[in-house]
Amino acid sequence: MKGKLVLQDGAVFEGELLGGAPILGEVVFNTGMTGYQEIVTDPSYADQIITLTYPLIGNYGVFRDIVQAPKPYCRGMIVGELCTFPSNWQNEGRFEEFLRAYGVPCLYNVDTRAITRRIRNHGVMKGVICPADTDEARIEALLAQELPTDQVARVTTTWEGHRGADNADFHVAVYDFGVKENILQSLERCGCRLTIYPAATKAETVLAANPDGIFLSNGPGDPKSLDYAVEEVKKLMGKKPIFGICMGHQVLALAYGGDTYKMRFGHRGSNHPVKDLETGRIYITSQNHGYAVSEESLNGADVTITHRSVNDGSVEGMRHNTMPIMSVQYHPEASPGPTDNLYLFEQFKELMRKG
Amino acid sequence: MTREAKKVLVIGSGPIIIGQAAEFDYAGTQACRSLREEGYEVVLVNSNPATIMTDSDIAERVYIEPISLEFVTEVIRKERPYGLLATLGGQVGLNMAVELSEAGVLEKYNVRLLGTTLAAIKQAEDRELFKEAMKRINQPVPESDIFSDVEEAVAFANRIGYPIIIRPAYTLGGTGGGIAQNEEEMYMIALRGIKLSPIHQILVERSVAGWKEIEYEVMRDSADNCIIVCNMENIDPVGVHTGDSVVVAPSQTLNDIQYQMLRTASIDIIRYLEIEGGCNVQYALDPHSNNYYVIEVNPRVSRSSALASKATGYPIAKVAAKVALGMTLDEITNAVTGETKACFEPSLDYVVTKFPRWPFEKFSMADRTLGTQMKATGEVMAIDRTLEGSLLKAIRSLEIGLDHIALPKLAHESMEQLIERLHKVDDERLYTVAEALRRGISVEKIAYITKIDTFFINKIKNIITVEQRLAAEGENLTEDTLRLAKRYSMPDGVIARYAGVGTDVVTKKREELAIYPTYKYVDTCAAEFEAHTPYYYSAYATEDEVVPQGDKSVIVLGSGPIRIGQGVEFDYCSVHSSWALREAGMKSIIINNNPETVSTDFDTSDSLYFEPLTVEDVMEVIRKENPVGVIAQFGGQTAINLAGPLAQRGVKILGTSVDSIDMAEDRERFDDLLNTLGIPRPVGALVTSHEEALAAAARLGYPLIVRPSYVLGGRAMEIVYNDDELDVYMKEAVVASKDHPVLIDRYMVGMEVEVDAISDGEDVCIPGIMEQIERAGVHSGDSMAVYPAQHVSPEMTEQIVDYTRRIARGLNVKGIVNIQYIIANDTLHVIEVNPRSSRTVPFISKVTGINMIAYATRIALGETLKGMGLPTGLVPPKPYVAVKAPVFSFAKMGLVEIALGPEMKSTGEVMGIGRTYSEALFKAIHGARMRIPEAGHILITVADRDKEEAAQLAKGFTELGYHIMATDGTGQYFKDHGVDCVLVNKIHQGGSTCADLIRQGKVDLMVNTLTYGKRPEREGFRLRRLAVEMGTPCLTSLDTAREVLRVVVGRAKKEVTIDVEALQDYEME
Repeated sequence: MKGKLVLQDGAVFEGELLGGAPILGEVVFNTGMTGYQEIVTDPSYADQIITLTYPLIGNYGVFRDIVQAPKPYCRGMIVGELCTFPSNWQNEGRFEEFLRAYGVPCLYNVDTRAITRRIRNHGVMKGVICPADTDEARIEALLAQELPTDQVARVTTTWEGHRGADNADFHVAVYDFGVKENILQSLERCGCRLTIYPAATKAETVLAANPDGIFLSNGPGDPKSLDYAVEEVKKLMGKKPIFGICMGHQVLALAYGGDTYKMRFGHRGSNHPVKDLETGRIYITSQNHGYAVSEESLNGADVTITHRSVNDGSVEGMRHNTMPIMSVQYHPEASPGPTDNLYLFEQFKELMRKG
Repeated sequence: MTREAKKVLVIGSGPIIIGQAAEFDYAGTQACRSLREEGYEVVLVNSNPATIMTDSDIAERVYIEPISLEFVTEVIRKERPYGLLATLGGQVGLNMAVELSEAGVLEKYNVRLLGTTLAAIKQAEDRELFKEAMKRINQPVPESDIFSDVEEAVAFANRIGYPIIIRPAYTLGGTGGGIAQNEEEMYMIALRGIKLSPIHQILVERSVAGWKEIEYEVMRDSADNCIIVCNMENIDPVGVHTGDSVVVAPSQTLNDIQYQMLRTASIDIIRYLEIEGGCNVQYALDPHSNNYYVIEVNPRVSRSSALASKATGYPIAKVAAKVALGMTLDEITNAVTGETKACFEPSLDYVVTKFPRWPFEKFSMADRTLGTQMKATGEVMAIDRTLEGSLLKAIRSLEIGLDHIALPKLAHESMEQLIERLHKVDDERLYTVAEALRRGISVEKIAYITKIDTFFINKIKNIITVEQRLAAEGENLTEDTLRLAKRYSMPDGVIARYAGVGTDVVTKKREELAIYPTYKYVDTCAAEFEAHTPYYYSAYATEDEVVPQGDKSVIVLGSGPIRIGQGVEFDYCSVHSSWALREAGMKSIIINNNPETVSTDFDTSDSLYFEPLTVEDVMEVIRKENPVGVIAQFGGQTAINLAGPLAQRGVKILGTSVDSIDMAEDRERFDDLLNTLGIPRPVGALVTSHEEALAAAARLGYPLIVRPSYVLGGRAMEIVYNDDELDVYMKEAVVASKDHPVLIDRYMVGMEVEVDAISDGEDVCIPGIMEQIERAGVHSGDSMAVYPAQHVSPEMTEQIVDYTRRIARGLNVKGIVNIQYIIANDTLHVIEVNPRSSRTVPFISKVTGINMIAYATRIALGETLKGMGLPTGLVPPKPYVAVKAPVFSFAKMGLVEIALGPEMKSTGEVMGIGRTYSEALFKAIHGARMRIPEAGHILITVADRDKEEAAQLAKGFTELGYHIMATDGTGQYFKDHGVDCVLVNKIHQGGSTCADLIRQGKVDLMVNTLTYGKRPEREGFRLRRLAVEMGTPCLTSLDTAREVLRVVVGRAKKEVTIDVEALQDYEME
């Protein structure tokens, strides 16, 4: 079926459509060349339409070991080409079928570079994916809708979950704002037992379980919509070692009294250089964030900026000066992306070891 | 740091040979510039004059000297550089650095090795050390061991599993080795191998043939920051040398786990080896599991890194040079975006295909099988948003007469033949795959036979499906099908062919529907950041990103892939033309498809289009840019062939007109012109059939030179001495027809002289006259040449200048013209006129200091010689001498004839420059690695007609203490004429023969000329091949031998010493 993407600013991009009635979402782009299945199942993309800049998608198929959440939360995909004859020994099916099974509409055979350039130049914006013959009024109406701000509430776990070996070295309490499967696995792999809490869990509940450390996960949307979590995190600071990733990092910034802001088009991809300001070393990181921590807003706080983006200088990591709290804006667990940063989980363990 | 301390020596890679092509000119040029950007003074040594890097403005001190211990030591002694950068000159540069270090030269002169340490280099290069290192960091390498006992070898093989590769130690070309699939075969091959090996040893290694071959390009700096520039996947699985494989970037069939697994391994390896700069890691990845092996690590920039640079826009050599100086990746700016840093990993939003260019059309007897020995002379690269598109673009960029993935001859093969062909791993395999799909052979079956991943076969099948849709629709071609065909970058002509309509019908339909290509940036970052370097590729997509260069733009057509007959020289010309345009205030636009070159560096032009050089592809760029005109005279035959069709479409060809080009190339028009001008040429005829050929031969008399019309590099050109040979030639070498006549010329024995001149149609400027050392009959590209001419009388010189002027005027040459003359019986004849740049232009430009291309470009823009202040006529010769010598790659090509003849065979060239002819000659011969022994045994076996001359030479050699060996005919003649020699048996005479002597290493130099008649010819051929395989120097022209003797005499008399001077010193004069 012929389909199209209509952006908020009126730009139209034509292609072919797989599944789905008209849908509205925030159109973003990811520059990773591999890992489409991990991307589409990353809960941080909730309510977004993901444009993949690499034009050949689906080449190696899909397989269950690498999904990052039980189902995709993104609203749609935009890709150059959808491969119908995947080849890889790990392949279990076609990406196309996967999208269809989960009802994720996909616009394909489209000039994804043109869309990417549009977003780069004008910032992320709303867009509608729809059949080519959808009437204008319907599209207008969709574009007029506000996108919800309660993404975390929709992607977080609804019950307290447990994972890992009983005899693990450490017990970590995970605040699930939309946690990626590989974060949980990475924590487990480095010897942690996990209790996974819904985003709105009270600090008291967590502390009552007496974990060795607290992990604040990644998640979708604007960190400022998580005021409830920020308040709880404030109560946890100083009580237990804390490690935050992505949304967790932003929530910590807000808890420190700092501020966050929406970036023009965010950082999404597997090739983002980040400088560790303490060692001078550069790490290539996997990133997925549309918001960032405002550096000036932290002037009064007792924290040190530990990592910075080499491309635009934005804050990519911080550490509290007196309390055992560390956080990074990027994704050390990768999936997809380079696995150079797994050492951060070890650092968190070190924090927990010291108590 | 003082100025002195900021002097860096860069070693280039020398002449182009198979396995080491133009990529090191690109890398070296970038490195020199990069070093100078940081305030360093660069001293360069490279023996190859046909390069940009040896231009006197690329480095402060350019030494065009042999890359050998003696000469480089002398350069170091003279220049006293602070540091040495050795990782940018390929294997030659790297080996030189190792040699300098081991000889204590670096220590003696206190030269620091910049970047990667020698220890690290050795660890990567030495098989055992490498294995050891990989073991230490848990990186798997194929299990292997050395055995001299069959039972032990078999036991080892049984333990590591089959298939197994067996390589006998020290046998040439892998004689006696093989692949064993089971214990029985293993036993047989091991037994044979141990027997055949002179030291009775075999290397037994696990074979991973058929696994996916994946490469990673890695960078590391002194602060231990590591990044991946690019990864690549070979369509041809392990078993074919990566230089002979069709390669795509990025990898297509690896999921993120596999991609990251090998990425992490690459970083672990480069860290452990402590490489500072660029490095290439090759893997074999099991298609059925995530097991892998590290196959090879190259601790330097390489052909792959040049490809990765062009594929991503990330300039590896430039960054590597800065890293070698101690800069860290985050201190280096990404030149493409201008704002981000070099410390990131490029993201591609397109597919790149690299396709090798093989020289098999030149060597009809060569073994076309592809294996571990690289055979390609060059390569092309193509970019598109679809894999199909980039593959098809790559194929038509090759210039092998194909515009599509279809080899016409395969259409006539039976199913059985096709399937048999699928089993063969050769240069035509991908076309065979396409043909098999056309015949309905399943993807799975093809994958099973070829081990090519089904993903790639399915991609080819997509193309076949479009062919079938086109055929089904015919005249009723639908918009959807047309758009799809275009998305796969099918040219209009191909679409028309499958649809069974005229090309104009397709073009018209496309224009009606406004289906035109868009052009997109190669920007390193998948559009995340704005790019400031207009480096484009075409794609049939929706958004176009071109910012046209405006009304002062000129397109320079490049020269495509490096091949025999069209080498890096033409890239040198394209680059200089682009620079000259910019200097003249114009905007230069380059179209080319060779990833190895300087011309496809985005810095070289104002806009770069990485596109096939076909009429349609070029016309689309012209439509977009609407330039003032197109320059076609510097891109070799590739560009000149486009001039006519472009002019027909209303494009302005700047400089010499298309009509003049045609006049020079069309035999009859050219003869008419020469007649009018009163200039003689060897008598000849143009024939279109076998009978006409014999009739012409009877009229002209033997010997004759025969060749097809419209050729490059003397392709399929031969000298025939009688009717029988002419007969064979007409039957086997060419297909004569009305459209493709065969030229037959009287073969004149004489001295060849070559001239490159600049003309504005009125005056000419001849920077110099070159004399060829080998007599007529040896292709000028394979002949040594000397500037200034040594044996041309003043009167003859005057006549050469006069003829050159008359021809340039007669053809109204506006730009460059190359003329080849022959002086026979004291008469000057014209052999050939090429109204375009030739392969000697860089050589003559360098030795005379006259930038011919720059002037020719300005003339093409309308200037005159007088206006530019150039002298007219012959520029007075310089007080020094330069000799150009050819370099061959015979050892890599299997059974090809090495005797010099009218067909060009060399892959590259070197230059020797000195105060005297002997000195220049010595440097050229030494630089070309002819390995002339200073004493020892010379085996001489020559044709009857050469015996007298050979006897004189032999006498000369014996006087210097050499021992002569000769076969009976030659030997008897020598004895009769007082030359002391030992008689040896010919091969067919049995007993201990000359072949045995070569095999036993008892021959230090062989002189062998072509004889005719049945058996001796085969015997000579076998001897020459044997010499190549045994590494025994072999001279096949007595002229070469004579000059070799001259050098040896000069060396013996101490008249020729090791002395070096920079180009800049010569230019002062």
